[in-house]
Parts: sequence; structure tokens; C-alpha cells
Amino acid sequence: MTDEYFLEMVGINKTFPGAKVLNNIELHIKAGEVRALIGENGAGKSTLIKILGGIYQKDSGQGYIKINGKQVEINSVEDAKKCGIYIIHQEICLADNMSVADNMYMGAEIMHTGSLFLNDKLMVARAQKIIDEMELDIDVRQKVGTLSIAKQQMVEISRSLLANARLIVMDEPTSSLTNAEIIQLFAQIKKLKEAGIAIIYISHRLPEIFEISDSITVLRDGELIGTHLSFELTERQIISMMVGREISEIYKKDEKLIPSLIYLDVKNLNNRKLKNINFYLRKGEILGFAGLVGAGRTELAKAIFGIDKIVSGEIFVKGEKALIQNTEDAIKYRIAYIPESRKTEGLFLIDSIKYNISISVLEKFIHFIRVNRKKENALADHYSRSFNIKMISPDQKVFYLSGGNQQKVLISKWLATEPEILILDEPTRGIDIGSKSEIYHLIYQLAQQGVAIILISSEMDEIINLCTRVIVMHEGEIRGELENSETNALSQEKIMWLASGGDKKYA
Amino acid sequence: MREGSPAKQNILKRNPVSSFVLSNLGVLIGLLVLCLILTFATDFFLTGKNLLTVLRQICINVLLAFGMTFVLIVGGIDLTVGSVVGASGVAVVMLIEAGFPIPAAILCALLLGAVIGLINGAIIAYTGMPAFIVTLSMQGVVRGLAYIITDGRSVASSDKVFTKLGNSYLWGIPLPIYIVAVVMIVISIILYQTRFGRRMYAIGGNPVAAKYTGIKTKGIVVKVYIISAVLSALAGVILASRMYSGQPTAGQGYESDAIAAAVLGGTSFTGGIGTIGCTLVGALVIGILSNGLNLLHISSYVQMVIKGIVIILAVGIDLFKNRNKEN
Repeated sequence: MTDEYFLEMVGINKTFPGAKVLNNIELHIKAGEVRALIGENGAGKSTLIKILGGIYQKDSGQGYIKINGKQVEINSVEDAKKCGIYIIHQEICLADNMSVADNMYMGAEIMHTGSLFLNDKLMVARAQKIIDEMELDIDVRQKVGTLSIAKQQMVEISRSLLANARLIVMDEPTSSLTNAEIIQLFAQIKKLKEAGIAIIYISHRLPEIFEISDSITVLRDGELIGTHLSFELTERQIISMMVGREISEIYKKDEKLIPSLIYLDVKNLNNRKLKNINFYLRKGEILGFAGLVGAGRTELAKAIFGIDKIVSGEIFVKGEKALIQNTEDAIKYRIAYIPESRKTEGLFLIDSIKYNISISVLEKFIHFIRVNRKKENALADHYSRSFNIKMISPDQKVFYLSGGNQQKVLISKWLATEPEILILDEPTRGIDIGSKSEIYHLIYQLAQQGVAIILISSEMDEIINLCTRVIVMHEGEIRGELENSETNALSQEKIMWLASGGDKKYA
Repeated sequence: MREGSPAKQNILKRNPVSSFVLSNLGVLIGLLVLCLILTFATDFFLTGKNLLTVLRQICINVLLAFGMTFVLIVGGIDLTVGSVVGASGVAVVMLIEAGFPIPAAILCALLLGAVIGLINGAIIAYTGMPAFIVTLSMQGVVRGLAYIITDGRSVASSDKVFTKLGNSYLWGIPLPIYIVAVVMIVISIILYQTRFGRRMYAIGGNPVAAKYTGIKTKGIVVKVYIISAVLSALAGVILASRMYSGQPTAGQGYESDAIAAAVLGGTSFTGGIGTIGCTLVGALVIGILSNGLNLLHISSYVQMVIKGIVIILAVGIDLFKNRNKEN
């Protein structure tokens, strides 16, 4: 029994100062197996993977790790590499200004035999060979920064092959890929599998997990909940394993949305990235914007919100022509834009929750030069309670919150401005199902309260289940508008057809 | 199939000279325009003698700028270079005056540089303190020590052989130019041909990636600061020889010219980008600019203003060029 596993981790514990994050975890993986590792944020997936990769060390004296039946000590990244373990981290770990070949050989450069000098020719040739074997259209002398995210990910996979990896861990590999790119990635994973390479696949996207994995391991709060063959489980079962309770409905819709007045009307909008955009948005509706990555949805939001320049066209807010030249103007028109990347564009990570929530409405409780602390606290209290933000205190730094809770803080920050038009850009990217569901409820409630909402999302489920209407964009243009009603339900195929540039007539 | 995509054709066409020219178009055009103006505005600029003078004048800055380029590539900064010039100059002259043989004295001065670099690098790499703060503070420490050991006075060199190092010619070319040429070859090899150099780019380009691929980043960072300080010490020795004395005030403010040369050459302040050749071009621009302004009898106060503006313009042009490329 023992010797047929490539990797065995038994009795793994990890304690950080003040918190036990892994408790007696077990993992058995065979060569050529694709294992999905899932759990909510904070369940311990990343910690487990970092122990496997030699970035963290497991608590000493307890448990063991075996590779091919032999016990090993993994105390550093080199140790992990020697064991054939290769980790593809969520954030791409390549240096933009170095060539593909240089990146692939980073830390493992080949030298001319017996000398101190690099053998670039050999490295380029070998790297190119691996890239060609993977049938990728990449010249290894190209700078990594010039490649798309998907190709960069392929470079990471190639790098792992170069390092003779026997087990590749992929942490959220699809979070910034388009559907077509995901298909490519899966084809590569199947090839790796055939070559007998084991894969640990971490993702929040359940449909993907069912498509690609042989077996599924669920973690929750640092505990192993169970490992099952993928076909034995349903999506519903997995979710309840992950959150520890039944989520009766991920998308809870108490009452139907009744759109009324037109709040936002965009006419013939053009700029560098956008071509002749026309659409309207009503009070109390959720208008979805679907499309591939780079279709111009974020650019449209940025144009409306006054971040990007408008070359021609008009924007009407509540029937009045609005002149929006910067974000301050947009806020005056009660527009809020919650950006896609919460860490870089949305939050002040090193500041407190309180600070972040109150920053955009500071003038409300500043008297002369004094900040009214009471009011500030009350505001933070209000939002953290109503959105169920999990935190130690409002003075905690946002940096230490989980992705889902950070997102809630970001949304609170903008709701504090009491917007009438709310633009949400990929509000659930990279957060767990529990938090997702909470954010969906929140969006729906806001719409019911009469906020006009634009939801930009690449997750079809979100678009189909939340939106009253969907606009599909492709290369900076609106390709079509689809009504989402009982008689005319949205289908994923229709949206994809339009998103990939298909003609509306056939949708 | 591989020749098919435009990205590849681009790469296949590339050769080192044209890619160098293309990626530094702004600075090179600036250099050319500068030379043209000076050629017509002065009688003296385009003479062999003056050009050699320019080259000799920039030798000190080139050495500092090379070190600075190394440090910038790994994502750091070294503000101690000017102080090290002063301290090593004082040290080498005092040791020779005390009866040390010249090679031993020079070696000791370079060693002094190495120790300062080691301290800089070790504090930065192992404590995680910002390089700016560490080297800013060390700047004061090193300069202060130079004042203390000399009691604030310059130390004259009575050794005729030592002063030849900075002042004599070989085949009509000043000796320091040979030294800089040798240094340039050696550090180019280190940067482009060795594992160490390749990993420097990795550390500056993406520190997390470097760490996750198992590169021992701290050791490399320490060595880079040592290299920078040793080059500064070498510059200090040459300067002391040229001035027939070790002066504790020597090298004051040199760090700004070194940074300017590196940045004009396109070295990135965020790390991961920079080449020796480009830094040399940057140093040439600054050197020729000073020389030209001198020839035009423009006061040194006005020169400071002009230099500052030129640097902002040059870096600005590169920035806009890159921004347009992205769009």
C-alpha cells in the first residue's frame, strides 16, 4: 500500500505564534494523479503547500513526509526541489525583465563545464526544446514581461518540467486566465498527467475542479475534512464540506428586482479603448457586463468613473448631462467604482479597517481639523456588523484580513459614500464560497434598496444568477444585450458566443 | 511556424548594437545633439586633447556609477560612495606616508572599501532596513571617520610614484582610463557571464521569485554592496593620486552624479534593469555637459541648475517613450 504513493504527508501540524493553522493533516498522492485541494480562505491550503515547498517548516517532532516511500526532511526550497516538488504560486513568480530562458533557469543556471561562466547557448536551446515540446508559440529569448499572463503561466509549467518535477502544485492557476486559456492549461495538465507527474490543483472554481481532478481533498479551519474521488461528490456536498454547513442557496433572492427610473445613460462613448458605447442603467437593477479579459469592461468603468479620459460621447446621470473629468466629479454624481484588484487599487493595506472604511467620507466627521472619533467608530461598527466582517477590532490592519473580508471592507468603504450608481469590477475574484455568497446577498439587497448596479464579472454563474440584464463586450465594443427573465433565460453559450466576437443574430 | 509570429521576427532581427541603440535612443540622441552644439559653439570642444580631458574627468564618476548600477539592479541604493572616495583617499595617502609599499597601501584602501560595503550590505540584507536609510547614515559615519583620522586636514602625498597613477600618460592616454577600461571588462563579465550576475537581475526583477527558486538572495546583496564600495575606494585612490593628497572632503556629493549617470543610462530604480554600457553613456552625457558648460564659461552655479534640468528631461523622455510603447 505504502509504496504506490508518490507523496505521503502524515500528521502534519503547523503552529504560528498564537494560532494553530494545521492540525494533523494527511495527504496521499499517487504519480499521475490530479488532486484538487480546496477549502475556504484561511482553511490552511497555502500553509500546507508552503510546508511541502520548503518555504515554511512543519512543527518539529510530529508527523512525516515521504516521497516514494522514503522519509524526507524538507527544510528549504532546495530540499523540495530535490524531492521533485515544484510549486507554481498564485502570483506569477517570474522576473519581467529577464528572458524566458533566463527565468526558466533562474537559480539553476548551466555553466560551461569547469568554468565560472554561463552557458547561454545551451540554456536557450534546452529551454526552447521544452517550450516546443509543449507546443507553445514562445521564443525563449523574449522578455517574460512581453507575454500574456497565460503564457507566463505556461513558462512556469515549463520551468517545472526543466527542474524534473514529479509533483507540481498549482495555486489558483486560472484566476487570471480567459476561458480559451483555461482550455490550453487543462490540455497541458492532461499531458503532465500522462507523463506520470502528480498535480495538486488549488482552486475556488468548482466546475473546473470537477473537470480536471481525479480526487478532491477538502480542508476547513486547518483540519482535514476528507478526501474523495471527484465523481463521488456533488458540488453541493463539496460546498457543505468546505463551509461546514449547508448553504441552502448561494444566490438568495428574496424578492424580484423591479427596475424603475433610468439612473445612468451612456451615449456614443468613445476613447482609446472603447468604441461607440451606448447603454442605460436603471434604478434597482443589476446590469451584468460579460466578456473576455481585455474586452474593455474595466476600461468602460474607468471612463464612467472619470479615471480614463473620454474622447467623445455623453453621460447622463438621472437625466442630467454629467461632466465627469475626475473621480471627485464622479463621486459628486453619487457614482462608486469598486476596482478589480483590491490590494493595489482599492485598499490601504497597512492601515486599519476603520481608516479604510472612513477615508472616502472623512469630511462628514471632520470638524475644523479634528476627526470625530465617535462618528468614525460608529460608521466602522455599522458596516463591519452588517457585512459580518471577521476581525479582531476595527483597528486591525486590513493586510491581515482574508481576501473575502478585505473585499467586504472595500465595499463598505464605497457604500459609506452612499452611492446611487455602484460599479463592481470582479467583486468575488479569489475569495471563498462563503464570502462570495455573502457578497451576492449584499449586492442583491443593495439593488432592492434602489441602488443601480453594474456588475462586471468573468464568472458566468454570477452573471446568470444575479443580473437582470447582461451586456456582452468584445474588443471595446458592445456586442449585444441579453434580457434575463423567466421566459428568456440566459445561457452561458449565448454569452460566450457574443463575448468571443460572434454575431448577435445567431446568439 | 516559428518565424510566423511578429514577436519572434522582432527578436530574430535583434543584434546587440542595434538593440543597444534602440533601447537608449533618448540618451544617445541627447548626447549627439550636445556634441554637435558644443562642436559649433566652441573652438576647443572637438579636439583630441579636450576629449581626453573629458574622459579623464569622468573616470571617477564612471567607477562610482558602475557600482551604483550593480546596487540599483538588485533593487538597492548606495549613498556612501562619495564618503568612501574621501575615506579611501585619505587612507591610501596616510599609509604610504607611513612607509607602506604602494601596492600594499592601495590594497588596504580597497579593503577598507570592502569592509564598509560589507557593513552596508549585511545591515540591509539581514535586518531588512531600507537601503536608503542605512547608506545615508553610513555616509555620515564614513565621512566622519575620514575627518577624525586626518583631524579635518588634507594629507599631502610626497611619493612621486603614487601620484603618477592619476596624472601620467601611457601611449598618450591618461592612466586612469586604462584602469576604468579594465574594470569595465571585469564587471561586465561578472554581470553578463556569471551565475552571480544573472541572479542579481533575478533578485531585483522579482525578489519573491528569486527566493522561491532557492536563490540565496542575502549573500548576493551583500556582495553587491561590497563591489560598489570597492569600486568607490578605487576611485578614491585614483582621485587622491591626481590631487597629490588625501582629502577628507573629497567625493562630497559624488553619489548624485553616480546615480544620475546610472539613471540616464536607463537603470531602473525599482531593480532588475540596467547595463554597464548604458551607464557609461550616462556618465559621458554628464561629463560632456560639464565640460561644455565650462568651455562656454558658464558659472558652476548655473551649471548645477542646468544639470538638474537635463537629468529630469532625459529620464522624462525615456519614461514617456515607454508609456507610449505600452499603449
